[in-house]
Amino acid sequence: MPYEPVLLARVNKPDSHRLEGYRNDGGYTAFELVLKDRKPEDIVTQVKDSGLRGRGGAGFPCGLKWTFLPKDHPGPIYLCVNADESEPCTYNNRILMEKDPHQVLEGIMLACYAIKSRTAYFYIRYEYGTAFRTLQSAIDELYAARLLGKNILGTGFDLDIFLHRGAGAYICGEETGLIESLEGKRAWPRIKPPFPAVEGAFRKPTIVNNVETLACVTHILQRGNDWFKSLGVPPDPKNPRDAGSYGPKLYTLAGHVNEPKCVELPMGVTIHELVERHGGGVWKGRKAKAVNPGGISMGFVDCNAPLKGEDGKTEYDIPLDFNGPGKVGCLGLGTAAVTVIDDQTSMVDVLHNTCQFFSHESCGQCTPCREGTGWMLKITDRIRRGQGRREDLDILVDVADRIGIIPGTTICGLADGAGWPVKTAIRKFRHEFEDAITTGRKSVIKSLPVAAH
Amino acid sequence: MPVLSDQIRERIQGYIPRYPSKQAVTLPALHIVHDELRCVPTEAVREIAELLDLAPAEVHDAMSFYEFFRGKDDKLGTTRLWVCRTLACALRGADDLLEHCSKKLGVPVGGTTADGKITLEFAECIGACEGAPAVLVNDEHVMNVTPDRADELIEQLRAK
Repeated sequence: MPYEPVLLARVNKPDSHRLEGYRNDGGYTAFELVLKDRKPEDIVTQVKDSGLRGRGGAGFPCGLKWTFLPKDHPGPIYLCVNADESEPCTYNNRILMEKDPHQVLEGIMLACYAIKSRTAYFYIRYEYGTAFRTLQSAIDELYAARLLGKNILGTGFDLDIFLHRGAGAYICGEETGLIESLEGKRAWPRIKPPFPAVEGAFRKPTIVNNVETLACVTHILQRGNDWFKSLGVPPDPKNPRDAGSYGPKLYTLAGHVNEPKCVELPMGVTIHELVERHGGGVWKGRKAKAVNPGGISMGFVDCNAPLKGEDGKTEYDIPLDFNGPGKVGCLGLGTAAVTVIDDQTSMVDVLHNTCQFFSHESCGQCTPCREGTGWMLKITDRIRRGQGRREDLDILVDVADRIGIIPGTTICGLADGAGWPVKTAIRKFRHEFEDAITTGRKSVIKSLPVAAH
Repeated sequence: MPVLSDQIRERIQGYIPRYPSKQAVTLPALHIVHDELRCVPTEAVREIAELLDLAPAEVHDAMSFYEFFRGKDDKLGTTRLWVCRTLACALRGADDLLEHCSKKLGVPVGGTTADGKITLEFAECIGACEGAPAVLVNDEHVMNVTPDRADELIEQLRAK
């Protein structure tokens, strides 16, 4: 039986973004019931027990994060909604915000009730102007319906939600970078600990949650934990630290697929199935060579590399749950944004593009990242220009290995995400890079004038 | 004569009750000024700082971090046209599209047409990857932009 979408159930309805339609479909009943009949602690426990893990990239258990708030804090406690969605090839949050903002807002309201927050800051990237305006009118509808503001439904619960626009910086998706940006400063991530739950926005306890995570909270409280846990992949019994990959997930398809689109499926679909069945296959009748399984910072899957111990299967067949990509050397599931690269495309060009992104987006705070991303861009650029040197590939891997929180040289994970595509591309497609260096083959390079400012 | 009109000042001050610190109004204030004046002149930085009880250097520090806000010497045109260059778009012709737009407009990337109508920029992933190659017209996505489609779009923007 085909899977019936939940998060995307309403997106094609007329006026799917309006309060009236959302309420007619049963929207805000979970919020009303929770507000009247349940204790905040009870909601935290339920979300913790549901197994919901954050959808923004790191996959941290959502309810567990909520329990890190200090007990009996006098307040204020803040919720920051992370809608800075900037990981390349990721657009699932945008679809939710543009097409069904109320399920996101209901999740925010439920989360605020659970964590005893009276103020939510909804940090949305500047590039999402349509989503910003859609959300603002949805929030206005809620104030008019007295579902936001003071003494909601006569329960004494007060809540304000404020939209806050970013200004085009990838680093603001890092939760403490987001907080700094919200506070009106340059978005330099903070050294942790203290984690935001202890000292976050305006030095108060703060929870930062992703948009899709909060939409999941709405459905968990509407449908219950049994429903949520009936979807996805249970924990690996051989790995005591695995928290499982439960629930529905939005996968975004991009690149060389026939139908790039956002697809909702239970966690754990394989890349192969996602691309071939849901994305209409690789374009122009070609074959997939490489795939980013969860945004470019997760690195590359080699679609032709055989999987050890699994006869006839390749890395293309790995499941997209929280564990799958890691088993083939990728950093993780990330944002579950799947970019397909066809067999006619040069991995040298693809890697150069990813290096260009991270070099541009490094915030500059930590030297290894600021300099390392620049070096990796320079080296991939010269390989593209037919001027690569024999030692370049080892230098690239060496730089990639030394920058990031995994080696312990930077404050945040941006550099790990910059290094992973480099390491995986060179390890898995080394022959392409060696070939470019030994033959001096040049890529097609546009020489675009750029205005100085 | 102050650079910021009374109306702009009121809009900025309207944000103050939302946050426990006035400094948090920095980004909203910069956006308001930038939208209206198409740049944030140094004098405006000083006036924003005064409204928010900050040192001008604090406002400038945040402003310069984002590479988003323009100074007085490179004011934006009426429309800011961003061409996405990141992987999903690059795999579907973003480089050609950016070159095409640059030639069509007769400006380098980052430049503004002589009539002050359009500023061309490159952007890193704008999150419209299902419609690659995609562009942003100010803050709205336009997807599946072929060179012909780009020409039409540019004509529309020139007529604005």
